[in-house]
Amino acid sequence: MDFLNALILLLNYIFIPALTYGSQLALGAIFVTLIYGILRFANFATGDMMSFGTMVTILFTWYFQSLGISLGVLPTALLAIPFGIFFMILYMLSIDKFVFKYYRTNKSPPVQLAMVSIGVMFVTQAVVRIIIGPSDQRFFDGEKFIIKAREFKEITGFNEGLALKSTQVITVLVTIILVSLLFWFLNKTKTGKSMKAYSDNEDLALLSGIDPQKIVMITWIIAGILATIGGALYGLDKSFKPFTYFNNMLPIFAAAIVGGIGNPFGAFLGGYVIAFSEIFLTYAYKKFFMYILPESMEPESLVQLLSTDYKFAVSFSILVIVLLYRPSGIFKGKVL
Amino acid sequence: MRKNLNVIAAYSIMMALIILVGIFQSWNIALSIFNLCLISAVMTMGANIQWGYAGLINFGIMGYTALGGLAAVLISVDPVQEAWSAGGFDILMSLWLIIAMVLIIRFILKRFNKSKIRTYSIAVIIISGILLIRFSAEPGIEAIEAVNPAKTGFLGGFGLPIIFSWIVGAFFAGGLAFIVGKVALGLRADYLAIATLLISEIVIAIIKHEDWLTRGVKNVIGLKRPAPYEVDLQTTDWFINLVEKFNSGKLELISNLSDRQATLNQLVIEGSSVFVKLCYSGLFLIVVIILLILTQKALYSPWGRMMRAIRDNEEAANAMGKNVVKQHLLIFILGSAIVGIAGAMLVTQDGLFTPGSYRPMRYTFLIWVMVIVGGSGNNFGAILGGFAVWFLWIESAPIALFLINFFTVGIPATNSLKVHLIESVPYFRFLMMGLGLLLIMRYRPKGILPEKIDIK
Repeated sequence: MDFLNALILLLNYIFIPALTYGSQLALGAIFVTLIYGILRFANFATGDMMSFGTMVTILFTWYFQSLGISLGVLPTALLAIPFGIFFMILYMLSIDKFVFKYYRTNKSPPVQLAMVSIGVMFVTQAVVRIIIGPSDQRFFDGEKFIIKAREFKEITGFNEGLALKSTQVITVLVTIILVSLLFWFLNKTKTGKSMKAYSDNEDLALLSGIDPQKIVMITWIIAGILATIGGALYGLDKSFKPFTYFNNMLPIFAAAIVGGIGNPFGAFLGGYVIAFSEIFLTYAYKKFFMYILPESMEPESLVQLLSTDYKFAVSFSILVIVLLYRPSGIFKGKVL
Repeated sequence: MRKNLNVIAAYSIMMALIILVGIFQSWNIALSIFNLCLISAVMTMGANIQWGYAGLINFGIMGYTALGGLAAVLISVDPVQEAWSAGGFDILMSLWLIIAMVLIIRFILKRFNKSKIRTYSIAVIIISGILLIRFSAEPGIEAIEAVNPAKTGFLGGFGLPIIFSWIVGAFFAGGLAFIVGKVALGLRADYLAIATLLISEIVIAIIKHEDWLTRGVKNVIGLKRPAPYEVDLQTTDWFINLVEKFNSGKLELISNLSDRQATLNQLVIEGSSVFVKLCYSGLFLIVVIILLILTQKALYSPWGRMMRAIRDNEEAANAMGKNVVKQHLLIFILGSAIVGIAGAMLVTQDGLFTPGSYRPMRYTFLIWVMVIVGGSGNNFGAILGGFAVWFLWIESAPIALFLINFFTVGIPATNSLKVHLIESVPYFRFLMMGLGLLLIMRYRPKGILPEKIDIK
C-alpha cells in the first residue's frame, strides 16, 4: 500500500507534469531544429514567434466566446488554433520574404542570420505587446479536471491523490498526433523526403531538381503549425505572458541541442529529457521516502537535490555537459 | 582630419540631441541619459573587442554585468559581523571543499590518460562534492540568512570605497570568462551564442537565489557613493553660493526677498541632483577615455593585427604559428572584464543592486544591437552605437507618442484604438530597436561607422 502510495505520488508530481511540459518543449524544439536544419540558422525569435501564434489564438478564443460558441467540456481555444496557425504562417512567410530571403540568396554566414533573427525577435515582441499587452492572460475554459485529487482518493482509498488536468491530457494527445503526422510526412511523402535531401546537402538537392522556394515555404508552414500549437498548449496549461514565452526559448534551445540539432526525432526526445531532468532534480522527495522507508529511517530534511529556483539552471547545465562531451547531441548523425 | 569627418559629425549630432533633451525636457533627464550612454559605451566596447576584433559571439553579457554589480556590493557594503560569526565558518569550509575538489580534478586530469574510467570518476567526484558541500554549507547558510533578514541576512562585503569595485568587477567577470571560455570556446559560432546565453542565465539564477551572498531578490539598497549626497550639498555654503552665482541674473529680477529665497532653494535642490550626476559623468568619462585609448592602441598594435588575421582566416593564422585557442581565450576574458567594469559602474550609479532586473533583453540583446548598429570592429562606432541606441531606447516612448498623436490627429481622444495605442507606447521601443537593427543589417551591414583599417 505504501509502495503504491509512493508511486502515485511520483506519478502526480513528477511524471504527469514532466510529460506535459516535455511535450510543450518538444514541439518548440522541433520548430527550432527544422529551421536550423533547412534554413541553417539559430532562430532567436522562436519564443516570440510562439507567443505571436498564441496571441492570435487567444484573440479568436475571445471572439468565439463573445459569440457564445464553445466546445462544451473542451476549451474553446482548440477551435481558435487553426486561425492562429493561419495568421502565424502568414506572419512567418512575410517575415521570410522581407527579411530572411535576402540573406539566404546572398548566402550570408549563419551568424548573420542569427543576428537578423534577433531583430525579428525585437519586432515580434513589440507587435505582441502592443496588441495584447505584457500582462498575464488566461484563456482556458471548459472542464478543468478529468480526475480531481479528492475524488481519486475517495474512489481508490489511497492516501495520495492523483489529479489529472484536461489540459495535460490534451497536450499529450495533440503532441502525439502532431508528431506522428510530422514524422510520417518527413519520412514517407515526396516533399518530406526532398526536405531531408535539401537539409542533407543543399547543392546536391538543387542539382536533382528540388525547388528551394517550395522547401523553404513548407518549412515555414510546418514551423508555423508547430509554433502555434506548442505555444497555445503551453498557454492553456499555464498562462500566456509574452515574457515567459521569450524565456521558454532557452529550455527549447537546450532541448533541440541535447537531442542533436537538425534532427527532429532527437529534438522530440530532447524536450522530454530536459523536462524530466528539471523536475526530477528539483522535486523534494521527503514524502516519497516517508512511504518507502521504515519509520526509523525517515529523512528530516526535504531531500531535494536542488531548490526549485534552479529549475532553468538544470536544463542549461545538461546542455553544457552535452555540448562538451557530445557536441552533436545525444542522437548524432544524420541531419533531419 | 578629413577622413575623420564622419566620426566628428556623428558625435556632434549625438551630443546635440542630448543637449536638446536638456533644453526641452530637463538637464536632469539629459544627464541621466548621458551617464547611461557612457555605461552602455563601456559595455559595447567590451562586446566589440570580442565580436569586432576576434569574431567571437558572446551572448552572456548579462551575466558579466551582473557579476560586476555583485562586485560593487561585495566591495562596498560593510561586513555583517553577526552573520560572519553565525555561519562564516561553514561557508569558509565549503570554500575549501570547492578548492580541494577542483585541485583533485586537476590532478586526475593531469595524471591519467583520457579514458571512460577517468570521466566517470570525475563525474562521481563532482556529484559527491556537490552533495558534501550542500550538507556542510546548509546550516551556515540558514544561520546567516536568519540574522536580521529584513536588513541584512547576508555576509556583507569588505566596506571599501565603491570605486575599487570597478577593478574587482573586471576580475570577477574575467574569472567567469576564463571558465566559460575554457568550456565553450571550441564550439561553433551559433552554439557558442546559445551556450553563453544559457550560462549567463545560470549566473543570474545563482545571484538571485544565493541569499547569503547577495541577498537575492531582497535587493541591496543604499550602497556607498563616490559622489556627494544631494541632501548634504543642499546645506553646504559653497554649493549654495555656486548656484547663486550661476543664476544671479535670474535671481536679481525677483525683488521680493522671501520669494527670492524660495526660488534659490528650488534652484539649489535642482542643482544638487544635476551636480551629483555631473560627478558621475566625470568619473564615467574618465573610464571611457582610458578604455578608448587602450583599445585603440591595441587595435593598431601587432596584437590587433594578429587578432584580425585570426578573425578573418583562422586556419591561415594557425598555419602562421599563432595560437588561436589561447588568443581567443585571452580576448574573451578581456572583453568580459570590460563588461564587468560596466556592471560595477551601473550599480555604483544606481546605488542599488537588484538581481531581478537583469534580463537578457536589456543586458544582452540591446548591447548587441548597439554593437551592430554602431559598427563592429570600430571602437568609435561601438561607442556611438551605445549612445545612439540608448538614446533611442529612452526617448522612443515620447517619439512614439508624438507620432501616434500626429497620425491620429483627426480621431477623437476617446477612440478605443487610439487609447490602446497610447497605453502601449512603452513597447514601441522594441519595435524601433528591431526595425533599426534590421534596416542597418540590410542596408549598412558594417554599421554607422564601419571598420576602417589603414596600415601605417
